[in-house]
Parts: sequence; structure tokens; C-alpha cells
Amino acid sequence: MSPTSSASKLVSKCPSGPMAERWDRHRFELKLVNAANKRKFHILVVGTGLAGASAAASLAELGYQVSAFFIHESPRRAHSIAAQGGINAAKNYRNDGDSIYRLFYDTVKGGDYRARESNVYRLAQVSNNIIDQCVASGVPFAREYAGLLDNRSFGGAQVSRTFYARGQTGQQLLIGAYQSMMRQVGAGKVKLYPRREMVDLVAVDGVARGIVCRELLSGAIETFAGDAVLLCTGGYGNVFFLSTNAKASNATAIWRAHKRGALFGNPCFTQIHPTCIPVSGDYQSKLTLMSESLRNDGRVWVPKRAGDKRPASQIPEEERDYFLERRYPSFGNLVPRDVASRNAKMMTDEGRGVGSTGMAVYLDFRDAIQRDGRDVIREKYGNLFEMYQRITDEDPYQVPMRIYPAVHYTMGGLWVDYNLESTIPGLFVLGEANFSDHGANRLGASALMQGLADGYFIIPYTIGSHLAGRKLGPVSTDHAAFKQAAEEAEQRVQRLVGIAGKRPVDVFHRALGRIMWDKCGMGRNEPGLKQALGEIRSLRQEFWSDLALPGSARDMNIELERAGRVADYFELAELMVLDALHRRESCGGHFREESQTEEGEARRDDENFCFVSAWEHTPGAGTQEGGGEWTLHKEPLAFEEVKLTQRSYK
Amino acid sequence: MSGHDHGDGAGLNLTLQVWRQNGPRDEGHFETFHLDGISTHCSFLEMLDQLNERLVAQGREAVAFDHDCREGICGSCGCVINGRAHGPEDETATCQLHMRKFRDGDTIWIEPFRAKAFPVLKDLVIDRTALDRIIAAGGFVSVSTGQAPDAHAIPVRREAAEQAMDAAQCIGCGACVAACPNAAAMLFVGAKVSHLALLPQGQVERTPRVLAMVEQMDKEGFGNCSNIYECEAACPKGISVENIARMNREYVRANLVTRT
Repeated sequence: MSPTSSASKLVSKCPSGPMAERWDRHRFELKLVNAANKRKFHILVVGTGLAGASAAASLAELGYQVSAFFIHESPRRAHSIAAQGGINAAKNYRNDGDSIYRLFYDTVKGGDYRARESNVYRLAQVSNNIIDQCVASGVPFAREYAGLLDNRSFGGAQVSRTFYARGQTGQQLLIGAYQSMMRQVGAGKVKLYPRREMVDLVAVDGVARGIVCRELLSGAIETFAGDAVLLCTGGYGNVFFLSTNAKASNATAIWRAHKRGALFGNPCFTQIHPTCIPVSGDYQSKLTLMSESLRNDGRVWVPKRAGDKRPASQIPEEERDYFLERRYPSFGNLVPRDVASRNAKMMTDEGRGVGSTGMAVYLDFRDAIQRDGRDVIREKYGNLFEMYQRITDEDPYQVPMRIYPAVHYTMGGLWVDYNLESTIPGLFVLGEANFSDHGANRLGASALMQGLADGYFIIPYTIGSHLAGRKLGPVSTDHAAFKQAAEEAEQRVQRLVGIAGKRPVDVFHRALGRIMWDKCGMGRNEPGLKQALGEIRSLRQEFWSDLALPGSARDMNIELERAGRVADYFELAELMVLDALHRRESCGGHFREESQTEEGEARRDDENFCFVSAWEHTPGAGTQEGGGEWTLHKEPLAFEEVKLTQRSYK
Repeated sequence: MSGHDHGDGAGLNLTLQVWRQNGPRDEGHFETFHLDGISTHCSFLEMLDQLNERLVAQGREAVAFDHDCREGICGSCGCVINGRAHGPEDETATCQLHMRKFRDGDTIWIEPFRAKAFPVLKDLVIDRTALDRIIAAGGFVSVSTGQAPDAHAIPVRREAAEQAMDAAQCIGCGACVAACPNAAAMLFVGAKVSHLALLPQGQVERTPRVLAMVEQMDKEGFGNCSNIYECEAACPKGISVENIARMNREYVRANLVTRT
């Protein structure tokens, strides 16, 4: 890799003028598609989580023809369903000083000044419409006795602006968007394609015009043509093998689009969530999140003395270190995720971790239960406490929870402009799959907000710039580009099936995850990252020569599905490490150990790194087994509203 | 199987009787496997992962099963374990079931959810898209994006919101259908009808909704409720059969008010 920098490919299309008027003006300036013409356009939506389902429903309501593709049997299985804690909005229903501007400010600061101001402001603006839309579509948010909506607090904010439905907010929002989409399915405006995995993007004359899918039941390679492609396929945290993501969450759709020319933004920006149930053994297949909302009432602590192995109940108050409250008195246990995670790691590094492995800290509800009573705590967090007990066999009403950070979300993703359009015209990227709004660290309860903002309130407007702004000739799957992409997809499958080695795919995936967690996880440094590059490349060679893959490519084959995804993770992991190596500053979740303050906080380098890294893949360079080649493009970030300062939660 | 011990003795030695079926038209059969050294801390699906890893290393095809979030919320997983949908633990989806519920030396019978409306696709994987078609028939509020009034425009009684949430937390796994001797989907449909009927936002379409959803449910080949309550016992979210009663009331009412 020899990064050369240029900005030519990156036109953000951010409007200028007063921040509060930008989106309004941009909406006015966007081209419209006449109501009667909308039905002539066919939109392919890949993924049916919050972003995909809300986009499919909204576009169909406008009159477009929509096809929705998803890897599950039902669109309601998408991983948005697992989000627990809540969704932010600047309603200021609590009268506690919230505003659109404050949500914007908190999000820019929470992202450690590595997001675009214009995008974030728009996100804060439409946050209020999202809550209205969800309530109208029947989402049963928590309410108070007068029948009005309740709120809770999340990290990185001093106001209470998070709307929630018990510990199942993602589920209720997704079901709401799914139901709206199913209404359009019933009306014949959306056609569903279940159990389809997108394995390639097809561009004709440089414009995205279709996709190649593998039908997961029969193994058939299929092609679909349309006038625009929307990737709403989520994040790539499963590169790490162990993460809070669902097992089938994967990067294949965005990665294949990247290899067809879409630039990848900030690939190394990974969110490590502080409150997850710790790893218990090497059979472990995934990690389970305990919602951030628990930090409203739970207190995080470790023993003051290293190596103190007494049970929590035998450690007296004065020998406990409530380290977040001690180090960050104004935000306390509600510091942002990156800060809370790093502090937990500091404690375990000092030998003050708890539990049999020493790789955990306590999240203790003793004081909250004494103050509010068990019933109040059960009402707020009952389902989370039950889940904790089922997994660990310990009762969190009696003993403190043991928690540890785990990979949870990826702020990086395909680079998009203000219209959510990638560097391939006609290819739009929504939700976690894009890089746009969270900078180097996402605040809690902001992922649901962004997914629905993109799908309900942004893409319905911005897609017009493509459909009405470009001349789109008719294209069918008979076009040579479709035939060629389908053939290449088939060859990739045959290549995997033909390896006929000895080791199952999970063995390789677990080993890759270990490299990434150790060297490109919570702490990163130059020698470690360089070592990781070599390790990834040699493991990838082993993968391509020793993968065991029984069964047929022309049948449902769960190992083959995974193998295709892991093959892509190997390439993406390399790019993540390159990006982490190149960004020699700490910001948000990206902590370069060489760049920290005396107190161990992340130290940004605005002089040299106040930009978005957008990586361009060099087609044909490198090999499947060896390394890839990329060119770095930089999108400079300007901060007109929020002054660049050292982020502080003290 | 090279299981690993995590402080729970030598781990469990198990005999598995697993349903294998190569496609919807195959007759299917049980296949016997022996696994040893399974930690009691691992989940049921992690036990199946270990079985599959061993099979694949031997060049044999993995047992196909649906799963995804492994947090009991996506509704993908589900099999009949020793005769019970989602296995022996109450209010627990298959992915949240842990091996500490089993004893060393146990034989575990593992089958797909069975119902006429849920064809077996492969091994433990079934087709539950019938449930999506029931939602498409009427399980929604017809509000298009942009039409919504302010979220506080219509207050909702807290009790109604809580009851609606009790019903809305259905994960659509289909265990209710698998557990019912009639293969009825009335707990699933009743939960959705209740969720929307309990909220003011659902009132306008209350009548056509229940009629359309029940009609689609019948068309898909699901049976009818005969008050056996196996559905409630199998439901990983503890959804109450009261929702079936509410759906029946809604259905009777809808038939009365639409009769002219």
C-alpha cells in the first residue's frame, strides 16, 4: 500500500449558509421526481433493518417500485431488532434545557470532532419527526401516568432525551418500520426477496444499476436490475468474531461495493461498548450487551487493591473504587462509551479486574435498589436482569453484574456525501453501513435515530437528485455487466468449495478476531498494528489453502455462507489496520497509545488529522491470498459551530 | 469432541438425536451423535456449533439451523428440544437456553418446529413466511411517512401502553404454532391485534384489521384455538392467552359492526 492523497473524488455536497437553514435550503434545491413518474423507477433496497425497512416503506409510499433483499427468512429478523436502550430526540419534553442545537453539539463532541457538522445538525433536526412517526405507527414507547412519553438518560449527555420501550426499543422501532413496509408489500408496491445475500454490485456506464445475489436455499446466483441501489446492510463489527452483533451481520454487501469503486470512510473507527457480559470460555460464539441505560442506576467499580479476590459483598465501601465517578465527577457513570471502555481496560490492566478471569468490572445496583426498591428497578430493567441471569447463572439483584467492553458498532463505513450517495453514482448507503454521522465515537441511543433518519426522512428527498438529475437509460439483466458479475460470483463460490482443506471456517474467523481485538481493539500502537498486518496476511493464506467446506454450493450450505463473509473480513481487516496505522492520533474509539494526555485521555491531532479518511481500492492489484492496495483520499472537516477543543467529561 | 472445561468438572457427555432432512420433499430421519466435554456455561446453540465444527472437520455436512442475534429477540432460532418448543426452560428462546439445564449422560432429541404452514426447508430450518403474510394483510397502522402529528398530541393511558407493549414484544418465532396440537397461530395474531387495538393510533383500522388478519391466517393453513394454552407455555416472551380472547372479541365485534 502506498497512500497518495487527493481530494478530487470527494465532493461532500454540504450546503453552506446558516447551519439551521441548510437542510431546508438543500431540500428546496434538490430535484423532484414528478408523482406520475415515480412509478417508472425501480429501487433496490438491500437489508431490512431500521434504515432499509423505513426507506423501503417511505419510497413505496411515494410511488416508487421497490424490491427489498435480505438474508433472513423474514425482514423482521434484521439486527436492529436487538437494540435495547433507546432513541434520542431533541423534543425537550423534560424542560431540562434540550434543543436541536444541544443534540447537535453533544453528537459532534461525542464523536470527538470527526463528523461532518452539516450531517449531524440535520440528524438532530429530523430526530423529532422520527418520534412523531413512530408513535403514529403504533410504537408502544414508555409513558408516564398522564399518558405522555417518558425519557431516560444516556451517556455523553446531561439532559434526558432518550425515548424507550422497556429494554426492547430496537425491536419496537423495527417492528414499526417493518409493519409500514409490509403494508406496502400487501399493496403490491414492495416486493420481498428473502434469503438473498448480495454478493456483488453491478454498475453500467459508471452508475449503480443492479446487484448480484446468492439465493441461500438453492445456492442459485441471481441478478436484479434497477435505477438505484440502497445498501442498508449494517456494520462490520463481526470482523472481530466476538461482538454484540448478530451472527449473520456481515460486511459482504458494502465490501463488494467497495471493491467496485465505492470509497470506504474511516474503517478503523470501531465502537467498543463498555457494558457487555464478559467472555466465559472459548466455545463462546458472541457477546451480549447489557444496555447503557443500566448506567442510569448502576455504579461501576473495582476493588482499590490489585489482586483483591474477595466476593463483592465482602469488600467494604472504603475499599471500593468507583472509578468513573472519581475521574469524571460531572458525568460520572454516564461518560460516553469510548471513555467508559478505556477506563475499564485501565482497571483490568492494573490487575484490579474482578471475576474468575480478572477481565471484568462490577456494575452494581445495590444503592439503587436500596433507594428506589426492587420493584422500581425491576420495572426499568427487568428483562435485562433476567437475560443476565440466564447467561451467567448469577442474580444481579443479589450480586453486582460483571461487565467488560466488547465490540458493538462501527462508525466507519462506505463514504457518502450529504445526499447519502457513495462515490458510485446511484449507490446510496444508509444507517450503520455508511460512515457519516458519528465521527470517531457514537453516543448511546443515536444509532436508531440515524437509521430511521436516513430511511424515513433523508433518502426520500435526496434520491431525487439521482433519479431526476441523471439520464438513466433502460437496463436489463441481459446486459454484459450483469452476466460478467454473476460469472465472477459463481467463480468465487467454486473457489471456496474447491479448497477442500481441514479446518472449519470458525477456526479462521476466531483467530482473525483475536488478532484484531489484541492489536486493533481498545488500544492500538504502531508496532502492534504492523505485526497485525503480517499476521492477517499469513492467516489469510492458510484460509485459502486449508478451509474445510463440506456440502454443495447448489444447496443451503451454512458453512459456505460464513466462508464467503470471512473471506471478505480478511480483506476488510487489513484495511482497518492500515487506517489505524495511518491515523497517528487518538480520537473517540480510536486510541493510539502514542497519542494520549498525561491523564491517559485520547489526544487528537487537529493539525494533521482533522479529516475523513476515504480509501479507494485498487482493482486488480494484490491477490485474494496476499494483501490489497488502496489509495487514501482526505475529506477535510471544517468546524464552524462547535469549537475544536479537547473533549472533557470531567 | 474436544470440549473445554470451565470449572464445571469434565463437562457433559451427551447423546444427540438430531432431525436431518435434505429439502422439503425429503422424508427426513433422526441421526445420532455423541458429544463429550460440553461446558455447562455454554448455550444450547454453542453446543450445536461445537457439533458442527466437529462434523465439518470430519468432512461431513453441518446440521442446518436458523439463528442470528442469540439474545432471544430476533426470533430466528427455535427447535423442539425433548418434545418442547424452545426446550425445558420457561420463557426462554432456544438461543438463551444454557447447557446447565441438562445433566451428564442425557439424550437430547432435537427437531424442527412442525406445522403444515411451516414447511421444513432443511434439517432444523423451516419457512415461517406465512407469519409475514398475515402482517401484510393488516398488521399495521396506515400512516405514511410525514403524516404524523406531534408525539404528544394523543396521550395514551399508561396501562394501555404497558398492555400494548406486553403484546408487542412477540418475536415471531412460531413456537406457539409448534406447541399447539392444532398448529394454530392465534397467539401470534392475537398479540398483534391486541397491540394495535389497545392503542388510540390503532383505532381507525380496528375493524378491517382483525378481519383481514384472521382471513389470511386461515388461508395459510393454521388451525384454530381450542383453549389448550400450550402456546402460552411455550412462548419465550410469556405472551398471555388473554390476547387470543381479545382477538376473538375484536373479531366478533368486527363481524357485528360490518353486518349491514
